[in-house]
Parts: sequence; structure tokens; C-alpha cells
Amino acid sequence: MATKEKSIKEQQEAENAAALEALRKRREKQHKKMEKSKGTNKQVGKSWTNDIGIFLFLFILGLFMLAPIYIAIVTSLKPVNEIFLMPPRLYAIDPTTDNFKDLFVVANNSWVPFSRNVFNSIFVTVVATVLHVLFACTAGFILAKCRFPGVKIINKIVVIALLFNSQVTYIMQYMVMAKLGMINTYSALIFPLIASSMGLYLMIQSVGQIPDAMIEAAKIDGAGLMRICWGIVMPNSKPALMTIIIFQFQAAWNSNGGSLVYDEALKTIPTVVQQIAAAGIARQGAIAASAVVLMIPPLAIFIAAQSNVMETMAHAGMKD
Amino acid sequence: MAAEIQKKEILLPNERKMDFKERWAYTTHEMKRNWNCYAMLAPFMIFFLVFTIIPVVMALPMGFTNFDMAHFPPKFVGLDNFYTLFLEDDVFIGAIRTTLIFAIFTGPLSYALSFFLAWLINELHPVLKTIFTLIFYAPSMAGNIYFVWNLIFSGDVYGYLNSALNTLGVTTAAIQWLTDANYILPCVIIVQLWVSMGAGFLAMRAGFQGIDKSMYEAGAIEGISNRWQELIYITIPSMGPQLMFAAVMQIVSSFTVDMVGRMLCGFPSTDYKAHTIMTHAFDYGWIRYEMGYSSAVCFVLFLVMYLCNEGVSKLLGKYMN
Repeated sequence: MATKEKSIKEQQEAENAAALEALRKRREKQHKKMEKSKGTNKQVGKSWTNDIGIFLFLFILGLFMLAPIYIAIVTSLKPVNEIFLMPPRLYAIDPTTDNFKDLFVVANNSWVPFSRNVFNSIFVTVVATVLHVLFACTAGFILAKCRFPGVKIINKIVVIALLFNSQVTYIMQYMVMAKLGMINTYSALIFPLIASSMGLYLMIQSVGQIPDAMIEAAKIDGAGLMRICWGIVMPNSKPALMTIIIFQFQAAWNSNGGSLVYDEALKTIPTVVQQIAAAGIARQGAIAASAVVLMIPPLAIFIAAQSNVMETMAHAGMKD
Repeated sequence: MAAEIQKKEILLPNERKMDFKERWAYTTHEMKRNWNCYAMLAPFMIFFLVFTIIPVVMALPMGFTNFDMAHFPPKFVGLDNFYTLFLEDDVFIGAIRTTLIFAIFTGPLSYALSFFLAWLINELHPVLKTIFTLIFYAPSMAGNIYFVWNLIFSGDVYGYLNSALNTLGVTTAAIQWLTDANYILPCVIIVQLWVSMGAGFLAMRAGFQGIDKSMYEAGAIEGISNRWQELIYITIPSMGPQLMFAAVMQIVSSFTVDMVGRMLCGFPSTDYKAHTIMTHAFDYGWIRYEMGYSSAVCFVLFLVMYLCNEGVSKLLGKYMN
């Protein structure tokens, strides 16, 4: 009897030891795996071959994405006699900057100097972007994190406004602006851009991810809502912040307020370019040149914003 | 009796059943207590109200009138516009079909593609991340670059595609890509897909960047052994809000395909092949000035998008906190 009990005990012990050993081995293996991937990216299943595969796949798709832009750039560099060459070439035999010069000459020959349009564009874009980002971030934080009467219905309205972009709304918007006497002023170009609900919705969604404990802690430390918003929440949702800056800058830069202002001195670059491009096929080169020129500022903002988004360990310290 | 009283005390004020007077007092009290919330909301909301809400509210009832900018005030016609729309307007029925085709191709497909690409990009080295994000987002940044697609799909041998196919010996004659009824849809879908890596894609990239890296370490210790599991159990649940945002953006952009078709194939396109609901609304709103009818068209589209949005919210609801 005793020996039997003893043998069972021994068996159990042996089993336990084996299990422990297996567990230890597994841990060790995992530890080694993690050690190996330390410094690069602490994710499982990472390997060079995988990365190269992904790179090649993205590269090929990227070529398709870039091809039209490449063609636009090449077209803008082609002299007139090459644009309608048969067969069409993917490079310019004799690249010139004539198209760009043409564009500026034509633009300068209008009622007001082109520099005025450039100023308008920059002014409208900067004001619209700064105000939209300031307002939308504050409002997004409040709508995502504060509870007060009406918050649910406002959240709902924001989504519905996003879905309802009708052709008729623009006409109504025009009528509202006409009533307010804003037609043919800078405000007609800037204000509707500030009211765009896309940035607000993105902000609401992103701020919602910030742990409540972080905000509670700040509240206990005596920070006001404004301080919490700009001192704690925004630095922690930097990717979203940069994204709405990109969206808004791009929307403002490309916005064509042609129907809202008729004074030449108030027109922005897209409107002027559209007038130039209205000459049609004869200005094919100039159209391509204008597309290329218009692309540069959003591109610059994009690169600046993206490189600013560090791989933050945003709320790494928070465990809730 | 005593138990009842105790129960009442435990309940929070907003959980308790209140009569109207009490509820009113409570609401006003809460509003006063949170005055700073309203103050911080105000700057955006004023602009939002004036330039978005009021125009939308003005546009909605237009669908039930014969508003055409000429006769003032507009006459109320009830559901006449909707009767005409569904029972007499053949072009609209065709437009529904076209819109659905576009929506299926550029909606779920493009959504899945943006997520997949955002995920793949996230696996790369930081410098490559920026470069590839830029490459895939560039088409939306290029704005009005449709003229390039006109060059590519041009119906004569000067077009890039026709010229390439001729040189390779695939075809012997130029194909009318943008005017032949058989090719219009695929061409517009390709261009729409090209341009669709927009807001949703960028939001997803931001979502990936915002994921707490220590989650992956924790996952590895818990026994996650491949990237697939990582995706299902860690990545997707921690970027629910971005997925939702991208879904809404995708719904909006895929149901309102319009510009691309008009820019490429002209208006109206051959056999109305690229004629979507939004093009229909444009036609009546901006060319015929029948705002009432156009508004009715938009209202139908809005209802469809709203239902889609509700469905997606239900699907993604479990990932939202």
C-alpha cells in the first residue's frame, strides 16, 4: 500500500518535473526569439525574407499608383511637338521648362499679378488649417471624453453630416453665405473649410482611444479641460493630429472657390489655373505643369507631418 | 419599504426614474456644471451649425417640393418626386445599378485593400514606411490629375494604353476605352480604385502607428505564434475607431462616385454607363436646375448610406470602447 502510494507520488513528481522542464524550454525559446528580434521590432514572425517579399509586393503596386503622376510630370516637361508624338513616350526626349514658364506668363498676364493669387492661396490655406485644427481638436476631445447633456446627439449629428454631402447642400450653403453678406470675401473661402466634419470625426474616434485614467489623473492634479486637451490628450494622439493637418491642408489648398469670389484679386491658385486650363487641349503642357506645381505644397506638408509622427509608445505606461 | 428606500439611494441620479420636472432640473444642473465643455465646443459648433447643419436642414425638405430657383416660393408636392424617381425615371434605375457596382468594387474591395496595404507598410523599416505611405496616398494628393487618365485611356492610337497594346501586338485597332459601353465601367473602376487610397488609408496608417508596442510583447509571451494571430487578436481590436472612420469614409466615397466618371467619359456617358446616382443629382441640380428633384435623389442616396453606416457600426461595434 505504502509503496503504491509512493510510486504514484513519484510518478506525479516526475510528471511535474517534465512539465516544468518543457515550460522552461518553451520560455527559453521564446526568450531567445525575443532577444533576437530586440532592437528591430519586437514582433513575432519577423524575418528578412518576409520583409523583402512585402517590399517587392508594395513596390509593384506602388508603380501602378505612381505611373499616372509620373506621366503628368513627364508631360509637363515635354515641348509641344513631343506631346502629340506617336507612339507616346514615357520620357521627354528634349525636356524643357517652357510649360512652367508659359503657365506663369499666362497667369501674370491676367488682371492681377500672379503673386497676389499665390498670397491668397497661402493665406486661405494657413488660416483655414490652423483654425480648423484648433477648433476640431478641442471639440473632438470634448465630444469623445466629456459627458454632458447633448453629447450623444451631437456625436450622432456629426456622423450624419458626414454622410449627407448632397449637390443641393452647396447651393444652400451659398444662400446662407449670401444672407450673411460673405460672398466675394476671404471669409467665403475660409469659413466653410473650418466647418468640415471629417477632421472632427477622426479626432473624436482617435481621442476615444486615450485611456480615461490618464485624463482622470490630470484632473486630480488640477489641470483644466483646456490644459488636459492640449497638454495631455493631443501629444498622445499625434498620429491623428498629423493626419487631420494633412487632410485639412490638402482640402484647403485644392479648394476651388471660383463660385464664391468673383474679384480677381481674391481668387486662389486652383481657380486661376482652372481658367488657364479652360483653353483645353492647346495648353496640355500647361495643364500638366499646373498639376505638378499644385501638388508640391501638400506633398511638403505630408512629408513634414509624417516624419513628425514618431513611433510613440503613447500610453505604454497605462495599465487599466 | 426600507429596502425600496435603500435601493433608491444606491442609484445614480441619471439612472433613477424621474418625472419631467425633476429631469429638467437635473439636466439644467448638469449643463451648468459642464459649462466649460460647451464653451470649448462652441467655436467649432458655430461654424458647423452655420455652414453644415443649416444647409443640410434646408436641403432635406427640398425633396418634397418642386423648387427650381425660378418659381418662388417653392410648391409642396408631397411624394411626387419619389414616385417619378422610382416609377418613371429609367435613367435613375440604371443609375442605381451603376452605383451599386461601383459601391461593391470601390467600397469593400478598396477598404480591404487599404487595410491590407496599411498593415504591410507597417511591417517595414520606418523610412520605408514614410515612403510607401506617401506613394499610396499620392494619388489623392494629386487632386485633379484626371487628364492623365484621359491620356492613358485615349481612344486613338496616341493613348498610352492603346499604343502599348498595339506595339505588343495584342490589338490591331485602337479601342475606344472611354466611349465603348463595354469598357467604361472597368476603366472608371480602375481610376476610382487608384484614387481611393485616401482618408481611410491614412487614418488606418495613423491607427497602426498609435498601437501600443508593448501589446505585441505581451502577446508573444501569451503564446501568439504568427502574424496572422497578431492581426486578429491584437491589431484589429486596438484600432476599432480608425477602422470605423475609414469605413464611413469609404461608404461616402464609394456611393458618391461621380467626378471620375464625368471627367473621364464626359457627361452624359455612352448609354449612361458611368451615370451614378450622384451624377443624376448633379444633372438635375446643376444643369436643369430642378433642385427639388435633385434633392429627392440625394435623399434616397443619403438613406442608403445611413443604413450602410448603421450596419457597419453594428459589425465594428465590438471593437469600440
